[in-house]
Amino acid sequence: MTKNRKYLKDAGFSLIAILLSFLLVAAIMLILGYNPVEAYGALFEGAFGSSYSLSLTLSKSVPLIFVGLAVGFALQGGLFNIGGEGQIYIGGFVAAIVGLLLPHTMPALLALPLAVLSGMAGGFLWGGAIGLIKAKLNINEVIVAIMMNYIAQLLTSYFVNGPFMAAKSMTPQTEILPQNLQLPKIIPNTQLTTSLYIALIMCVLYGFVMKRTVFGFEVKAMGNNMYAAATGGIYVARNTVLIMAFSGALAAMAGIFEVFGTYGRFIDGFSFGIGFTGIAIAFIGQSTPLGIILASLLFGSLQAGAMQMSMMAGISANIDKVIQGLVIVFIATPSIIMFAFRKRRS
Amino acid sequence: MASMTFVVNILMMTFRLAVPIALASIGVSISERAGIINLGIEGIMLFGALGGVVGSYMFSSAWMGILLALVTGVVIGLLYALFVLEFEANQSVIGIGLNIIASGLTVVIVKFIWKKEGISGIVSQMSTYSIPILRNIPIIGAFFTDQSPFIPLTLFIALACSYGLWRTKIGLRLQAIGENPLAAATAGIPVARYRTGAIIVSSSLAALGGAYLSVVHSNLFVSNMVAGRGFIAIAANILGGWNPIGSLLASLLFAFAQALRFQFSSIHFPDQISQIVPYVITLLVLVGVGRKTKAPAKLGVLE
Repeated sequence: MTKNRKYLKDAGFSLIAILLSFLLVAAIMLILGYNPVEAYGALFEGAFGSSYSLSLTLSKSVPLIFVGLAVGFALQGGLFNIGGEGQIYIGGFVAAIVGLLLPHTMPALLALPLAVLSGMAGGFLWGGAIGLIKAKLNINEVIVAIMMNYIAQLLTSYFVNGPFMAAKSMTPQTEILPQNLQLPKIIPNTQLTTSLYIALIMCVLYGFVMKRTVFGFEVKAMGNNMYAAATGGIYVARNTVLIMAFSGALAAMAGIFEVFGTYGRFIDGFSFGIGFTGIAIAFIGQSTPLGIILASLLFGSLQAGAMQMSMMAGISANIDKVIQGLVIVFIATPSIIMFAFRKRRS
Repeated sequence: MASMTFVVNILMMTFRLAVPIALASIGVSISERAGIINLGIEGIMLFGALGGVVGSYMFSSAWMGILLALVTGVVIGLLYALFVLEFEANQSVIGIGLNIIASGLTVVIVKFIWKKEGISGIVSQMSTYSIPILRNIPIIGAFFTDQSPFIPLTLFIALACSYGLWRTKIGLRLQAIGENPLAAATAGIPVARYRTGAIIVSSSLAALGGAYLSVVHSNLFVSNMVAGRGFIAIAANILGGWNPIGSLLASLLFAFAQALRFQFSSIHFPDQISQIVPYVITLLVLVGVGRKTKAPAKLGVLE
């Protein structure tokens, strides 16, 4: 099969999974007595209907792009990074604390990269630890990642409920970051910040590493066949640690730029499962940069439009999670999609 | 005397907190012994919790809630088996998907029934029972006063499942499947049927644990009320060495850490730190035991 045809087939796979999920959720709506046409109409309106909703969709998509890249990178190497949620919290927290502790006289041009890199280092170590345990002890990375997720979330929660809680604050969160460290807004009075550009730059970088570097080649070789890669002289153990570490750093960026962009501070539990959404994104986007951007826009629009859908159609805004979960289920079940493929052809 | 009462209080709270984790964890042991990973336990517990309140609401009886939760568990188990065994879906990924669906769909259904976002109405709660005579014994009489039948039930289920796994043909075959499905199939064991059974039992136990939270421990559904207990159950199964009694003991240990926190709330020991305990212990055990793990050899591998 030529490369282009493979991409087309992969895209077809993803589209069918998405379509099936939307149809099934429409059926659920009908059973519960809601109007799916009205609901999906409102969803679309809430996600794309005005410049405000469009910017909301984009701002919701940005962290998803980072986690999508994180999970996608690990998948390319044959590894499953389900620890994005923990890496987001560690990254966001470390960056926030460094940002707050640096002397305020330091120019932002120096302080901001320092904070961001510290957060990424946090994610690098948090993800790398999973890789190390996998490489050294051959323990399923999924179980380890789940434990690390809870530890990260509870640990950061402890810090912002205790030693690092903002003074005079009722909610568990850090002090607000200095204005000059917060990312500028692309459109005033929205949540859309320049983190969008950083996300796109990371996509280009990701594509470059995968296509044009030896490391990217090794990652793909491991993803194709771990044993063949080892036989071919690739240091599989070392790369397992590195892949999980870089994946962790990428996921951490999602947290860092939520903190420095969207919120301006670290808020307890701010991620709400972005790390898990990243899994759906990477699978639907087939771990390619363009696919990840498109999948992030889809899920970003779901999150952005869910409120409008809830108000107009009366259904709970949480229906977007059902769509998201179903997409994950279908994409993990190639035989169902193959079945749909064959049906259409016959 | 006062200190004895204190100990009894902590123990009783430990038992109450352990029940949902232990039930789910015993289920995890059974399905993993058959070589099936189910990371969707958290979601199944959530569906069970919802089934509990819906049944209790419709029939004004907590026992009917338990029944509906069990039915929910069986249905989800069948679906899970269909996807994992028949369609050969990736087990880890599909479990994560199931959790996300559960966190959304339960809230959607609650809003459909009670017109409220994220919280149900009050439903009938299971009444507690006291055992005559025994309840009058000083100090330990408290164990027999106003207790839910779920504490002895959980103990019974753990013992029964342990007996079933090691003392019956079905259980031994199930374990053979987890160790080497191909060899088991060659020996004429209907692998898929056994695995479907294991998944359904495991899913029902998780749903039962969820229903305990909503109609025994409390009397309503709150969004995401399972709050990570499904994953703690997976952790308890690992710490317990993939066996029902071990899972029960590990659940008791984790619950004890929680109970201490409630009993010592006056010291202001941070909530989050005591909640971290199960995860840190499990991680340390995983790393410590390392390659000498008791996990079934072909966990997560279909053939």
